[in-house]
Amino acid sequence: MKAFSYERARTPAEAAAAAAEHEDAKFIAGGTNLLDLMKLEIETPAHLIDVNGLALDTIETTPEGGLKIGALVRNTDLAAHKRVRKDYALLTRALMAGASGQLRNKATTAGNLLQRTRCPYFYDTAQPCNKRSPGSGCAAIGGFSRQLGLVGVSDACIATHPSDMGVAMRALDAVVETVKPDGETRTIPVAEFHRLPGDTPHVENALEKGELITAMTLPAPVGGKHVYRKVRDRASYAFALISVGAVVQPDGTGRVAIGGVAPKPWRVEAAEADMKRGAKAVADGLFANARPTHHNEFKRTLAERTLGSVLTEARG
Amino acid sequence: MAGPRDWEISRRDLMVGAGAGAVLAATPKLAEAGASLASETRMPTLASVSFTVNGEGRRLEVDTRTTLLDALRERLQLTGTKKGCDHGQCGACTVIVDGHRINSCLTLAVMHEGSEVTTIEGLGQPENLHPMQAAFVKHDGFQCGYCTPGQICSAVAVLDEIKAGIPSHVTVELDGELLPTSDEIRERMSGNICRCGAYSNIVDAMAEVAGRRA
Repeated sequence: MKAFSYERARTPAEAAAAAAEHEDAKFIAGGTNLLDLMKLEIETPAHLIDVNGLALDTIETTPEGGLKIGALVRNTDLAAHKRVRKDYALLTRALMAGASGQLRNKATTAGNLLQRTRCPYFYDTAQPCNKRSPGSGCAAIGGFSRQLGLVGVSDACIATHPSDMGVAMRALDAVVETVKPDGETRTIPVAEFHRLPGDTPHVENALEKGELITAMTLPAPVGGKHVYRKVRDRASYAFALISVGAVVQPDGTGRVAIGGVAPKPWRVEAAEADMKRGAKAVADGLFANARPTHHNEFKRTLAERTLGSVLTEARG
Repeated sequence: MAGPRDWEISRRDLMVGAGAGAVLAATPKLAEAGASLASETRMPTLASVSFTVNGEGRRLEVDTRTTLLDALRERLQLTGTKKGCDHGQCGACTVIVDGHRINSCLTLAVMHEGSEVTTIEGLGQPENLHPMQAAFVKHDGFQCGYCTPGQICSAVAVLDEIKAGIPSHVTVELDGELLPTSDEIRERMSGNICRCGAYSNIVDAMAEVAGRRA
């Protein structure tokens, strides 16, 4: 691990300002992904700003009847929250499908959204990777790509976003709240938060230098049946091959987001118009512009069949 | 408890770094690489942190890079907590911090100002075993024993999590009563790997403690 200086921030604005001041600064909250990457020297911040003392760890009801989730709310606490379980069960299910109990106790809401890909070529510093080292090439394309993405990908990068929580947040139309170094706050719909790789896969989200996530908000509950189904190589504590997060209404309409297939939680609103026609019609829309590799083309079929199973369960 | 050892390591690392720079500089083509290497050599930063470990207040001056795991093992000589993968994948380093089980390898010591840490040494001692430790012995919940401190810290916290009503991936009804069933125990213990494969006996040990509590 490269040496770094360290400070504890006292307010969100102070944290953002400190991040803008220092070259190569990073915020640290749970640290479960960042420290893993720092040990491998994939991340090499020169300065860490500990944001754990910022009191962004509460869940409050919004005037619209939704929830405002502090950026520092731990994954376990978010999943176990009474109103989340009752009104946003998809989020509880997605969170509990991810990582291990130890990691969920430490990992935060904002950190979960900001976690980086688990592409093995990103992790292997002996391999070229446009995300880790811009312009160096992509060893995943033409490499062992079974775990990697098939939609939203580019010639520069086929990495997936690994979050389960993000899939639920996308289906539930969550909004990210931030503060910038100059103190200005803004909101970013989670749909627009993650960037597709294009030819700049190292730019992963809409945050500006020093900008700090302070909360995520959920709109008022939409009702319906909430199902999160994750398919992976072992029954627990593994990243998704694919996952399906769905909210299905009694009349058969609904929304669906897919994990494990794209550089961001993958949702195509237009495809949801076909919910009543079944999984194939929806999957055709979700994967309209897919460009799978030989190794991961199975994910298209797996996603359609899993969605079919989810729709059956939701309507049952 | 801070010995001169840490400084010696730092000094040696610095000397190795300087030596490599000199060799590279002697080769014209690599001179540039040598310069960038030197510019990336950063001086270690020391910071102080105070926390409670097994009920005892401790104050340490650490390199900011020191994980909680290394602080426990190398500075406080609490070697019960084990380093397995050092990347949060195996669970051997599991300790209980402020009532929650975490991977001590994936958190920095300096991030724990004021924390209350419980390690395997704090749960029980050979002459005064924690019920979970006694159950692991009774049910043969280990073979080589390397993962065991992490398994036991995790197991104790898992039963508390079930008691607190925190759902899991296998919980059927999110608003129903939570019971420490084998399915719940297995799912919740998936962050602790046992290469000897003592899993079924670990489940038995935990079920016994859960039953005794209920």
